[in-house]
Amino acid sequence: MPEIVAFLIEKTLVTIFVFIVVLTVVAFTTWIERIVAGHIQMRYGPNRAGPKGLFQVAADGVKFFMKEEFIPDRANKVLFVIAPTFTFMAAGFIMAVIPFGDRIMIGGREVLLQIADLNIAVLYVLAIGSLGVYGIIAGGWASNNKYSLMGGLRASSQMISYEIAMGLAIVALLLDHGTLSLRQIVLNQQGAIWHWSVFSHPIGFIIFYVAAFAESARVPFDLPEAENEIVAGYHTEYSAMKFGLFMFGEYVHMVLGSALIATLYFGGWSIPWVTAPEEPGLLWGLATFAVLWIKTYFFVFVYMWVRWTLPRFRYDQLMNLGWKRLIPIGVVNIFITAALLVVFQHLGIAG
Amino acid sequence: MMPQDFVPVLLTFAVVGGFAGIALVATHFLGPKAYSPIKQDTYECGVDYIGDSRSRFSVKFYLVAVLFVMFDLEVVFMYPWAVNFRTLGTFGLATMGIFLVILTVGLLYEWKKGALEWD
Repeated sequence: MPEIVAFLIEKTLVTIFVFIVVLTVVAFTTWIERIVAGHIQMRYGPNRAGPKGLFQVAADGVKFFMKEEFIPDRANKVLFVIAPTFTFMAAGFIMAVIPFGDRIMIGGREVLLQIADLNIAVLYVLAIGSLGVYGIIAGGWASNNKYSLMGGLRASSQMISYEIAMGLAIVALLLDHGTLSLRQIVLNQQGAIWHWSVFSHPIGFIIFYVAAFAESARVPFDLPEAENEIVAGYHTEYSAMKFGLFMFGEYVHMVLGSALIATLYFGGWSIPWVTAPEEPGLLWGLATFAVLWIKTYFFVFVYMWVRWTLPRFRYDQLMNLGWKRLIPIGVVNIFITAALLVVFQHLGIAG
Repeated sequence: MMPQDFVPVLLTFAVVGGFAGIALVATHFLGPKAYSPIKQDTYECGVDYIGDSRSRFSVKFYLVAVLFVMFDLEVVFMYPWAVNFRTLGTFGLATMGIFLVILTVGLLYEWKKGALEWD
């Protein structure tokens, strides 16, 4: 078999595998979120469809498909249809560069449990991740509804503000790692547990995590869809699968954002104190894969926990936190990290 | 880095985009369709809508977008510097220090000008 065909088959299989896993996790996250919400509020949550309400996921899915597709008469039809697709795709494209596991050997062939190991992966994530705002603002504007317009404007303002803080937090991390490849960042964090970046960049981690909350527009940053002020924000006029894509996009964003936090700051798929075996087989691949998802799911759980615990910000508080707190702290953090690295270099201490 | 490294990225684009497209088309054929002029109206809590939403909105949103463009560009400038920081050493620290000071002065200026106030 020529190399190029083998390469294409391998990558197609990995892509489809990753896509199915992410989609399944995201679908069950919608169910787990309601169970968690139920338990936090001392009630059961969904428990009617199937055992423990597990089939709720399938029931929701069927309902998204079977509902009436609604387009308001006064809306801009083309943009109205494209917008949710765009938001979903911008969130989903991030999965291409997340390292879901280590290299494994299958039949003498080296297979990477990652769709693409780009050497500009961090830049790719920031570039693609920020495209999601176009879908939201287009959806809000195209609906020709005042609530939607307000929601879209709020969302765009909020997302672009926190993107700067997020970028600054990552710059501080890159000073240390010296690479934009996510796989290399994970490899740098192998070994003892204190090799995880979170221990060398605690401030950067906090900035990044807060910014990730704001980027996914979830409580306490859910002003774009504050239901007691602007009905449902930018998706007021949406129904059926078009609403489904907006909602799915939000959950994909949350899950992949958590995977990114785990990768950048918590060692990704690497297992503390465990090194890769000489001949990494399927078992090693599954182990690293499972470790990444455990770490990821911890952060997804924190998202839910925060959502059902904290109230919502006011808009001026939100903007103050972004521009007057996180950005100055981010700049200072970069400078301190850089200065410390130079001092360590002169003293001859690596890392 | 070879161009073929991006082939899997294009595959992801196709798979994710395909899923979104198929979902939209499927719901278009599966769902019921009942047209009624009142239902197709803009939703304003059940009352007749007033005017159009293609109207003016607060200039603050525009201001934030302009500030974002400047600051995001500055962050992008930092990426190549950050990746090569270990080889640049003290020289890199000094040059980027000057850049960061200019950036901070800019931030302080718009802070004092009240561009960041939201009321």
